[in-house]
Amino acid sequence: MSLWEYANPVKFLALSERVMPWLWVSSAVCLVVGLIWGFFFTPDDFRQGSTVKIIYLHVPAALMAINAWFMMLVASLIWIVRRHHVSALAAKAAAPVGIVMTLIALVTGAIWGQPMWGTWWAWDPRLTSFLILFLFYLGYVALWEAIEDPDTAADLTSILCLVGTVFAVLSRYAVLFWNQGLHQGASLSLDKEENVADVFYFPLLVCIGGFVLLFLALVLYRTGTEIRVRRTRALMAREAKLA
Amino acid sequence: MPDLGKYADAVLSAYAVSIVLLVAIVGLSLWRGRKVRAEMENVERRSGRDG
Repeated sequence: MSLWEYANPVKFLALSERVMPWLWVSSAVCLVVGLIWGFFFTPDDFRQGSTVKIIYLHVPAALMAINAWFMMLVASLIWIVRRHHVSALAAKAAAPVGIVMTLIALVTGAIWGQPMWGTWWAWDPRLTSFLILFLFYLGYVALWEAIEDPDTAADLTSILCLVGTVFAVLSRYAVLFWNQGLHQGASLSLDKEENVADVFYFPLLVCIGGFVLLFLALVLYRTGTEIRVRRTRALMAREAKLA
Repeated sequence: MPDLGKYADAVLSAYAVSIVLLVAIVGLSLWRGRKVRAEMENVERRSGRDG
């Protein structure tokens, strides 16, 4: 059995119908457990007070905002190289989810930044690259909507995705490239000294798991929807030809 | 409810905005998915009937 079998829309739909119920349930469980754990059962931070509770939304959303773009990049490359329609449709399906994740990261970051930094926004490298990533997401969705021929739309959006990857990389590594700006370094690190304290780390891991599973469930579901839209269009075109 | 102190507004608004956005993307995805599935089944029935 090969992974490329799932480039067949029928096989992809059959697999996603089997997997999706598990993804929906496990994402809901992780999110509910992680957010309740983080919100109700973790202490305040000695410097940031209760605002540290925003970490359970801000960090997972920011991680998914970047990783959604990387998933779109892989799907776009598969489309460019192998011309599998399912991969182009998966990239299209992931973009609105990426927009929501980026928006959550930006809004919760601003709400968190105001009491900690004294400002909602600063033209800090990480914040700015995240804003540009958000604009790339909007441009990507707009481009899909603007072009009538789906294959041309898939080609052009794939190119846009390749270009936008620069900002996805910058969003992740901006704090390492430029040793300036208000935003702190990465919250999660393999270095125990740099990683957040265990009391915040474990509920945060559960929330990240919830966001990842929710992203997968949404992308599978929305890809299924895009496959059905494509089939409906093909059937209607055949009807119109016969009429 | 934990005592959020002077940052209560910030914490609660961050949770409210995030939950609204997550519920909105799930709700809109499910709504569109059902609508598209019904449309496709309708067209499939019609094409099946017309040969």
